[in-house]
Amino acid sequence: MIALQKRPTPSRALSLATPLIAVLITMIAGGLLFAALGENPFEAIRTIFWDPVFGEFAFYYRPQLLVKAAPLVLIAIGLSLGFKAGIWNIGAEGQYIMGAICGAAVGLAFYPTESRLIFPLMIVAGAMGGWAWGMIPAILKTRFGTNEILVSLMLVYVAEQFLASMSLGLLRNPEGMGFPGSRNFSDYPAANSWINEAAGLHWGMAFAFIAVIFAYVLLNRHILGFNIRLTGDSPHAARFAGVNPTRLILFCLGTSGALAGLAGLFEVSGPSGQINIDFASGYGFTAIIVAFLGRLHPVGILLAALLMALTYVGGDLAQGNLGLPSAAIQVFQGMLLFFLLALDLLTNYRVVLKKRGAA
Amino acid sequence: MTTPLLSIKGLTKAYPGVVANDDVSFDIGPSEVHALLGENGAGKSTLVKMIYGLVKPDSGQMVWQGKAFTPSDPKTARASGVAMVFQHFSLFDALKVSENVALGMENPPPMRDLARQIRRVSETYGLPLDPNRTVGDLSAGERQRVEIIRCLLQDPKLLIMDEPTSVLTPQEVDILFKTLNKLRAEGTSILYISHKLEEIRKLCDHATILRLGKNVGECVPAETSARDMAEMMVGDTLQTPTRSTEKAGDVVLDVSGLTLEPTNPFGTTLKNVHFTVRAGEILGIGGVAGNGQDELLAALSGESLTWPDAVKVKGQDVANLGPNARRERGILAAPEERLGHAAAPDMTLTENALLTGAIREGLTNRGFVNWTAANNFAKSIIEKFDVRTPGTHVAARALSGGNLQKFVIGREVLQRPEVLVVNQPTWGVDAAAAAAIRQSLLDLAAEGAAIVVISQDLDELMEISDRFGALNEGRLSDIRPAAGLTVDEIGLMMGGAHGMEVASVGDQKQEGASA
Repeated sequence: MIALQKRPTPSRALSLATPLIAVLITMIAGGLLFAALGENPFEAIRTIFWDPVFGEFAFYYRPQLLVKAAPLVLIAIGLSLGFKAGIWNIGAEGQYIMGAICGAAVGLAFYPTESRLIFPLMIVAGAMGGWAWGMIPAILKTRFGTNEILVSLMLVYVAEQFLASMSLGLLRNPEGMGFPGSRNFSDYPAANSWINEAAGLHWGMAFAFIAVIFAYVLLNRHILGFNIRLTGDSPHAARFAGVNPTRLILFCLGTSGALAGLAGLFEVSGPSGQINIDFASGYGFTAIIVAFLGRLHPVGILLAALLMALTYVGGDLAQGNLGLPSAAIQVFQGMLLFFLLALDLLTNYRVVLKKRGAA
Repeated sequence: MTTPLLSIKGLTKAYPGVVANDDVSFDIGPSEVHALLGENGAGKSTLVKMIYGLVKPDSGQMVWQGKAFTPSDPKTARASGVAMVFQHFSLFDALKVSENVALGMENPPPMRDLARQIRRVSETYGLPLDPNRTVGDLSAGERQRVEIIRCLLQDPKLLIMDEPTSVLTPQEVDILFKTLNKLRAEGTSILYISHKLEEIRKLCDHATILRLGKNVGECVPAETSARDMAEMMVGDTLQTPTRSTEKAGDVVLDVSGLTLEPTNPFGTTLKNVHFTVRAGEILGIGGVAGNGQDELLAALSGESLTWPDAVKVKGQDVANLGPNARRERGILAAPEERLGHAAAPDMTLTENALLTGAIREGLTNRGFVNWTAANNFAKSIIEKFDVRTPGTHVAARALSGGNLQKFVIGREVLQRPEVLVVNQPTWGVDAAAAAAIRQSLLDLAAEGAAIVVISQDLDELMEISDRFGALNEGRLSDIRPAAGLTVDEIGLMMGGAHGMEVASVGDQKQEGASA
């Protein structure tokens, strides 16, 4: 019989090294997967990890990395606060969609204004949209003790339906000849999130940096961050320390919802350009991997988001150049989380083989 | 000379950093009640775990009825006839007594037969127990009976009991001893672990005394004075806490009509609890574990809110204030469970100092933590309370129980409380540290604080409290001056024998039942 034994003091060095080891193992396992698909594994790995940054067309792909990383950082930072306190928001994707819809709706309502106030207003609306969507599982949990994992996850599907209805109905472009999808924000300069499109810079990246700093200060210098960590370590001790669990749940789910909403707003008003049926791209789920890959640490999340963006961009490249199926790239990302969690387990526990029947 | 039932020769077991048992040898004869005496951390538990097959010795050997005995796991130990009643019960609250018993047996008989066997054993040995009751509803004493009966059903030759009386009232202890004497008369040997000397003098035929993992002496308890045994156990003369002159001031803490539903489904409801504590006074609250101690602490610390006016401090109603608002008013508490309640296991001592010290020590400024100040506070606790640790960066879980307890108590005492509530302040703490903790409580009272000490250690309560009351099933007895209380009176305040009966030595009853 195989049993797990908790290690009394897990090695700190090992726990910091696990993300790197997980990436390495993923490369090996991914290479085997690609080999099984009939590709040269070394070329595939090089296409995914090397070419976007250092290859011939890196000038085109590097900005892409920032564009993909920005929403991941924003969402993952928000999720990490809750995850540290043991509050599991799995529905960031839904909050991301609702933020985008609310922000875009405010912008489109004033089309074609040139007021400078419109974009800040959209930012507020985007954050509020995500926040409100995050508050639904929060309030249900605090009032009725529902499980926030299930509620937040199921609300993703509600948000997706809502997105489809909006793209086909209320927010549809009146001049769009009946095609689904809203007006494109690229034709709406006052409400556009790009700072420098060629460099891949939009306001989302700026907010992502602010979020990283904010989260770092909160967790390391502020009593609220201390309470979040305390609740994650020992809920009973947190109650003794005077932490109000209800407020903490509302704060964590609300903040992660607002940050996901922001990510959605910057995406819709920049890289994506419009509200459409296929707007949701899975950032909200990938951000969960990013949060854990980054050890729930703000700086770690920044690095992990860049790595994840690399697998996105590199995956696209591999798809185009080598003809790898897109599902193979998703499997690849899934493997990364799988190996990370497995290694985490092995840092904290040791596997012991026992004879059967030992009580 | 008869062959000993179990002979232990030179057992040694080392853990990283500590030698738990160092060349320990002794014999347990047939039909003998053998005491294993020692302070917390003396190596008693490790030793019995080796006998029970839970731990493998590094060297040395055991001989069971003349044959080498090397149990690889508890199953082999049980097959040889060793049974053990643990200090911490391994029972499932949500299951019935009979189901719990069946779970601990190798080949449990069908439920109906098992229930009959449980009834038979419980009648024979004076341990009444209904096999159909849910364990979650049982008192601590009754839970212990479940464990004992589970052992007795296996017909053990050697019964190991680890601190069995820590959860019993004095009356229940008497009855347990009658049961054990009956077992001895029937030929069962008992290895009895305790640090309570009077009990051992009353019950045991022979005692082996452990100190720091070594066998430091053997004696016949009935012929040795408690003081001599204590000094062998501690290796030093004990310093008893000293009390300065008492001067009770005004009433500081006033609890009246406190009724509280537990948050945990198997908790105890507090029923109409009344008491007052004056400045400079220590109120001791005794009682068997699980009779409302945790709930009382929660109601006083602010973790559980109560009806208006149930808890008043200096005439002000605080019943509706949370822990931090109470801390602002000088009401501090130290819960029983050190890891996971009083302290966060994976956090450093600095962070744990911040945990309750943030408010009164001014460790935050507009919500921002002053880590230097928090670290200094942690350092001063470590210094003034002699906490043995490499530094403030160490995680709470890395400290030994006694050191962490000193840290937890010190953290509250140093915040100059006006009301301090502690639950089990010296549980699992070695004698020297326990004395230091008690002294600090007495000093704090001398400075004018009102102190409530909740404890299951009656000796401790008698030593430091001015007045004494006991919790029994969520009710608090009348509060009486501690000086002059007899053990019998205390036992009755704790609820007497909780429905136990003396072992029925008359066998007619048993025959009548089986006829």
